[in-house]
Amino acid sequence: MNINRRTLLGSAAAVAAGGPLVRPARAQGKPIRIGVMNDGSGPYRDIAGLASAAGVRLAVQEMADAVKAEVLYADHQNKPDVGAGIARQWFDRDGVDLIMDVNTSSVALAVNQVCKEKDRAYINTGAATADLTGPQCTPVTIHWSYDTWMLARSTGGAVVQAGGDSWYFLTADYVFGQQLQRDTTGFVTRGGGKVLGASAYPFPGTTDFSSFLISAQASGAKVLGLANAGTDTVNSIKQAAEFGLTRQMKVAALLMYLSDVHGLGLETAQGLYMTESFYWDLNERTRAFAERYRALYPTARPNMDNAGCYAGALHYLKTVKDMGVAAAQASGAATVARMKAMPTSDDAFGKARIREDGLAIFPTYLFQVKTPAESRGPWDYLKVVVTTPADQAWKPLAESGCPLVRT
Amino acid sequence: MISIFGVPGPLLFGQLSLGLINGAFYALLSLGLAVIFGMLNIINFAHGALFMLGAFASWMLLVPNTWLAMISPGLSVPDWLSLGYWPALVVAPVLVGAFGLLLERTVIRRLYKLDHLYGLLLTFGMALIIEGLARNAFGSSGMPYRTPDALQGPVNLGFMFMPKYRLWVLLAAGGMCLLTWFLIERTQLGARLRAATENPDLVQAFGVNVPRMISLTYAGGVALAAFAGVLAAPIYSVNPNMGSNFIITVFAVVVIGGMGSILGSIVTGFGLGIVEGLTKVFYPQASATVIFVVMVIVLLARPAGLFGKAA
Repeated sequence: MNINRRTLLGSAAAVAAGGPLVRPARAQGKPIRIGVMNDGSGPYRDIAGLASAAGVRLAVQEMADAVKAEVLYADHQNKPDVGAGIARQWFDRDGVDLIMDVNTSSVALAVNQVCKEKDRAYINTGAATADLTGPQCTPVTIHWSYDTWMLARSTGGAVVQAGGDSWYFLTADYVFGQQLQRDTTGFVTRGGGKVLGASAYPFPGTTDFSSFLISAQASGAKVLGLANAGTDTVNSIKQAAEFGLTRQMKVAALLMYLSDVHGLGLETAQGLYMTESFYWDLNERTRAFAERYRALYPTARPNMDNAGCYAGALHYLKTVKDMGVAAAQASGAATVARMKAMPTSDDAFGKARIREDGLAIFPTYLFQVKTPAESRGPWDYLKVVVTTPADQAWKPLAESGCPLVRT
Repeated sequence: MISIFGVPGPLLFGQLSLGLINGAFYALLSLGLAVIFGMLNIINFAHGALFMLGAFASWMLLVPNTWLAMISPGLSVPDWLSLGYWPALVVAPVLVGAFGLLLERTVIRRLYKLDHLYGLLLTFGMALIIEGLARNAFGSSGMPYRTPDALQGPVNLGFMFMPKYRLWVLLAAGGMCLLTWFLIERTQLGARLRAATENPDLVQAFGVNVPRMISLTYAGGVALAAFAGVLAAPIYSVNPNMGSNFIITVFAVVVIGGMGSILGSIVTGFGLGIVEGLTKVFYPQASATVIFVVMVIVLLARPAGLFGKAA
């Protein structure tokens, strides 16, 4: 070590201050650091943003007696290179042990590679791509809340059963939209329906969908499948109503969150079908969770992404308590292996488990948006139409395509 | 049913009319840019942010109590102070134009003697600040703005159902473009403006207050952007990013039309809206890129732009 004036002064000060300045954290080793990364300024901000970070903070608060943990937040701006850069910086400089949320599938897949390379745990609760637990699965990755296959089966399957046998897709032209369209097409054709066409629009940056909507109208299809999310979905539905499309076609919003219903308003959104794996008003436990969440984030009720952040972080912290902080910080793969071995239990998703490909398994719900007359007040928006049990809701393990699955 | 290149006729006409409406926005925005560049030699990158401010101003005039409550609970004004769409069409551009005047007087003025690059950097920075502040205050989802009652509902054009409001946009934007063109090319005021661009010292020697004229020109260009913002409010949700979605395309329009050419920006704005509309029929994935492809081709063939004079 070079001795110069600054280090000399620094150590002199430390000696002078003596024992009391030594932080208790140092005595117990480094605290666990959880990085929450998502869209903090673009079309998906109001789905995830700080609402997801609040979910993680709630879990940290509830486990505070057992494990000391800190929460960091970053905006990836929906750019895969920005996301991967933040992940590297978090691991190399800031000592982050776990990355969470990461909505936007293109960014999610980029961060996935960095986590694998650095052997750090990764719980994705915000992205839809089923590839996270398929061909691109890793020993450090867990996918919570939902994926394109599960959405396609629930919403797509239900619409086909109700007689919607010809489809036109409006698709966000990147990995998420393409996969959602692909998976839904699978269920449509299996159900005897056919796909008449699709418009893939550039993402992000498209705000006017009118041209694609009249293409959909001209196709003569019965169902308009929206393979997009966030404000894109909200704008598509609004503009579909503006152009009188909703009178001729049925709109199937393949990925829609509670927050989107709030943005649309019940007047426009009523009657739409949508799928989530969580709703705050399902049962006693979910209502209790939503109440605790409200203390940290009063402006909105949690959606499945925010709830997944809570449940994922809670299960992670329980595992860390079980195996010890030092062991958890040493290897992300070892921690995730332990998480898969332990059954999960939380107020948001109930009792569940994590499969060997990293997918968290619990029941999913097909909801219908209430009419303004049915709603009892703010955030009372959804009613359950179909509950799909955990063993049928997700892509079968045999079809997962994940190299970790031994067949 | 007739069909052209395998595309049904009604669909093609529908896309053409939508393209024309988008083109109206391009024309209105690039017109403001062209006026400002022509008179001030400033590449106004803050134009998109000022367009967004126009939309926000109309929203703020409509529901003053909603955003006052967001700033500080308990703050409110009487209901009769809230202004609907029609008054906002005039008031919002005036307010945002006054804000533009303030910007010109305080900061932009200092850059006239410097290279273009400084003006570009300054206005770009201003755009980032304005958009960042708006995002901080109002989030990114956007605020709903109801279409005025008189323009609710669609009209049957025979080949498609066109929302009445979009037809009104076409009419209003087209009219405003014509008015601006007439003002600059056909009136005495316009003649003075053009003369001041050619030789400011000489025009000043004739007793014309050139600095004041330049300030008002900037404010006028900004008011045009704000006017487009008010028109856009009911179509797109009023959100902080709405300007940055437009601005790059609009710059391409100005470059294709020829920097500083009034007629060029109007014609190119409408023309490119149509090109974009057609691309959405035949190959939607390229709809964001097609304008830049056109720009490359035009610049290779005519470096000064379609209507620009070679320097």
